[in-house]
Amino acid sequence: MSGTRLAAGGGRIDRSRPITVTFDGVTYPAYVGDTLASALLANGVRTVARGIYSGRPRGVAGIGIEEPSAYVQVESGVGEPMVAATVVEAYDGLRASGLAGRGRLLDGPDEARHDHVHTHCDVLVVGAGDGGMATAVAHGGGRVLLCDAAPTLDDSTAREVAALPEARALSRTTVVGAYDHGYFVAVERRTDHLGVVSTTVARQRLWHIRAKQVVYATGVHERPYAFPDNDRPGVMLAGAAAVYARRYGVRAGDAALVAGAHDGALRSALDLADAGVRVALVVDARPDVGGDEVDRLRERGIEVRTGFAVCGTAPDTDGGVAAAHVAPVDASGTVVGDRETVACDLVAVSGGPDPSRGPQRGWGARPGTPAGAGTPTGDPNGVGAAPVALFAVRVPGDETAAERTFLDLQRDATLADVERAVAVGMRSPEHVKRYTTIGTGADQGRTSSTVTLGVLAELTGTPLADLAPTTRRPPYVPVSFALLAGRDRGGLADPERVTPMQPWHVTHEVPFEDVGQWKRPWYVPRDGEDIDTAVRRECRAVRESVGMMDASTLGKIELQGRDVGVFLDRMYTNMFSTLKVGRIRYGVMCHADGMVFDDGTTARLTEDRWLMSTTTGNAAAVLDWLEEWLSTEWPELDVRCTSVTDHWATIALAGPRSRDVLAALAPALDVSAEAFPFMSVREAEVADLPARVMRISFSGELAYEVNVPAWHGLGLWEAVLRAGEPYGITPYGTETMHVLRAEKGFPIVGQETDGTVTPQDLGMGWAVSKKKSFVGRRSYARDDNLRDDRRQLVGLLPDGDRVVAEGAQVVADPSAPMPVPMAGHVTSSYWSVPLDRPFALALVERGESRHGERLYAVDGVDAVPVIVTSPVFYDPEGERRDG
Amino acid sequence: MLFLPCPWCGPRDETEFRNGGEAGVAYPTDPDALDDAAWAEFLFVRANPEGWFHERWVHTAGCRQWFSVERHTVTNEIRDPRPIGDPA
Ligand SMILES: [Zn+2]
Repeated sequence: MSGTRLAAGGGRIDRSRPITVTFDGVTYPAYVGDTLASALLANGVRTVARGIYSGRPRGVAGIGIEEPSAYVQVESGVGEPMVAATVVEAYDGLRASGLAGRGRLLDGPDEARHDHVHTHCDVLVVGAGDGGMATAVAHGGGRVLLCDAAPTLDDSTAREVAALPEARALSRTTVVGAYDHGYFVAVERRTDHLGVVSTTVARQRLWHIRAKQVVYATGVHERPYAFPDNDRPGVMLAGAAAVYARRYGVRAGDAALVAGAHDGALRSALDLADAGVRVALVVDARPDVGGDEVDRLRERGIEVRTGFAVCGTAPDTDGGVAAAHVAPVDASGTVVGDRETVACDLVAVSGGPDPSRGPQRGWGARPGTPAGAGTPTGDPNGVGAAPVALFAVRVPGDETAAERTFLDLQRDATLADVERAVAVGMRSPEHVKRYTTIGTGADQGRTSSTVTLGVLAELTGTPLADLAPTTRRPPYVPVSFALLAGRDRGGLADPERVTPMQPWHVTHEVPFEDVGQWKRPWYVPRDGEDIDTAVRRECRAVRESVGMMDASTLGKIELQGRDVGVFLDRMYTNMFSTLKVGRIRYGVMCHADGMVFDDGTTARLTEDRWLMSTTTGNAAAVLDWLEEWLSTEWPELDVRCTSVTDHWATIALAGPRSRDVLAALAPALDVSAEAFPFMSVREAEVADLPARVMRISFSGELAYEVNVPAWHGLGLWEAVLRAGEPYGITPYGTETMHVLRAEKGFPIVGQETDGTVTPQDLGMGWAVSKKKSFVGRRSYARDDNLRDDRRQLVGLLPDGDRVVAEGAQVVADPSAPMPVPMAGHVTSSYWSVPLDRPFALALVERGESRHGERLYAVDGVDAVPVIVTSPVFYDPEGERRDG
Repeated sequence: MLFLPCPWCGPRDETEFRNGGEAGVAYPTDPDALDDAAWAEFLFVRANPEGWFHERWVHTAGCRQWFSVERHTVTNEIRDPRPIGDPA
């Protein structure tokens, strides 16, 4: 038994509250206030984990978040896949197991509640050390927020916080990221130390903090120096060993070798001796050490050997430390004399203090950031002014020593790895980090970073001050995805937009398709039909009688003002100012580069009120685009844009019998072809509801769109269903809509287009005005847009019954040598009911001049022969749109 | 996350805004007078300095107004917010 609980002492534990914790299946006594690490040490448990690659046994080496090796999986409470035993607060019933470098994800979803909090403050104090609160007060006080990772604040800090009227202190809170303009993110742990899973109390809170000023009082981390077999359980940071005694009343070993190269290590030796650890020997690498600490150690009969370092360990049967080897070393840490062996079960090592480099340095701060509040100054590498900087001990003549000298215990990376990196030409610390993986573990290299820089400086003959530490990135400590998500999970992860007709579709078990945030009916199956059967039935109904679809999701923007016509002339490629009141026009909208951005119809409702429709997914982008031009280029135009997408519910009524259905619903409306021509709009009562009816068609059939105020949408839907019953009216979804429009060669923005397609490429040169100026017109005269080998929209008729895959490449000669030249790609592909065969749309080089040519669509590994055709497969004369 | 000074709403988190690229790139008054190279310069070429950069933002989740600021691309310091069209 190595570690033991001391009879007295331990400021953080409550000896009146004994508990038990279970580790690797064995139950141990502990106290409230222990960490899992202190509890294991108190019970003599030395091997806690294993090296990720080497499998070598590893023990507790640190005291806090710098811990490189003792990583465990917490199995009780909410559970935690991978966490340092030194930061796990013990509670009664805590269960955990040791890891070999990797944790296991929890089986089920994390059901604990996580919250986000947003706050502002005048001064953020990061860490309660170093008189942080006093500094905050000196900075002007005001609203002060103090975040500290410890379970409780010490008394003096607590008094300082209490004395300030607007100060707030968060314990168990770690600032994990520092970002631009005083933005910080902190994690507050609220229930992990209780071991309960609460659905009412947030397990953790993610604080989003905007601070005017920041004070860092994060203190220092101790770093070790490296030596052969320095990874055995029982090798620990000297300061950590001393703190275990003071804070938890735990003696980490019976007999200690203390090894250092600075006065702090000597003080730790005194602390250990005070705590009842037998200090077998103190070695200090500095050749000359005098002063108070040495005197006090020698007064107690403890031998202090100067110019000596620990240069190896010998194992017991479990692989833990049974003895340490010490030898004289020169200034570079190379052994220069005979080694001696000292029996001990604790090697307490310390290479010096490192300022805790986060979250202020490299944590969102960038090189060149001007100095100011919160920018640390001083020694960039934090090595301090140590007269001897010892990073790694080398043993001449021992061929395998460097392979057993671990710099980064978490990554199992050794001195030999760094030597190899330098041998193949690595010089920059960033390159060495990537080559060796040093510093990439969950501990982010807190105990290995400076040691590796020191070794690299020695190996390359570079002054240490010239080597910049590698960039560290937030988060400062691991943060769970569940916390980042907070309450934005499941249905709250992203808004779900539904139409007023949604309930009918849900009742009828209609599958939905996600279009942006919208849920759109996909197809409307009867009696368990599959999608192909349902879509063919729906297509037939529209072509032969009448169908109806919820089209409410189409973007709708109302434009008001004297200059809307002028404005639309500039935004659309075709002319709008000449549109008469009561009429509708289809328009193509392009960016300044001349590429298609959106399309849709716009109706002129009155002289100065217009209603524009956009594609479902593009409504917000089109509104942004219109407003940008109005506010940045033409503020003199009298135009106001308002999104009214959600204000109107829309039913598309399509098919040769749609006029009959509309007539039945709107007896006062003259629906004759003469009185209500194609591309016009009428205000009317439909099913006794105030409605706006547009005669437009996306299917090629006689068709209408009936718009009513949104709250009447479901009522209208049910009324249309009843009125259409004599004609077998058939509800359909987006899939049928896509097939019907493709049969007519109508492109869909985002499917036939991808930001590189012009209206001319789509065969819509007719929609590009030659008479007026509009945004991007100049682009059509660019050489690139005049190329004769541009891809143009065509139809494809595949051989056989195969519906070729959308996205399939189109090639002229599939047996050409690799790489096979690509002629284009399939953009849409369906089965056509009226054609009784598959068909496709495609963008093909010089497509317009290739009608009749045989090409191949490469679908998977098959080259399917296809004949190039016009993209209009159905009713090319347009005779059906008048019914 | 930047803290952006909307001239109308005051300082707000970056998530409320959309970046609009370099400021001061006006749509040419007579595009037809430009040769292909000059038109391509307007379409595709923007400054990318290491240092102070004059750029546009729009307060999409706020007042929906456009404005410009100078931002230092190394330090992210922000200065001189002003509405678009407001002369310097
Ligand atoms: Zn604003």
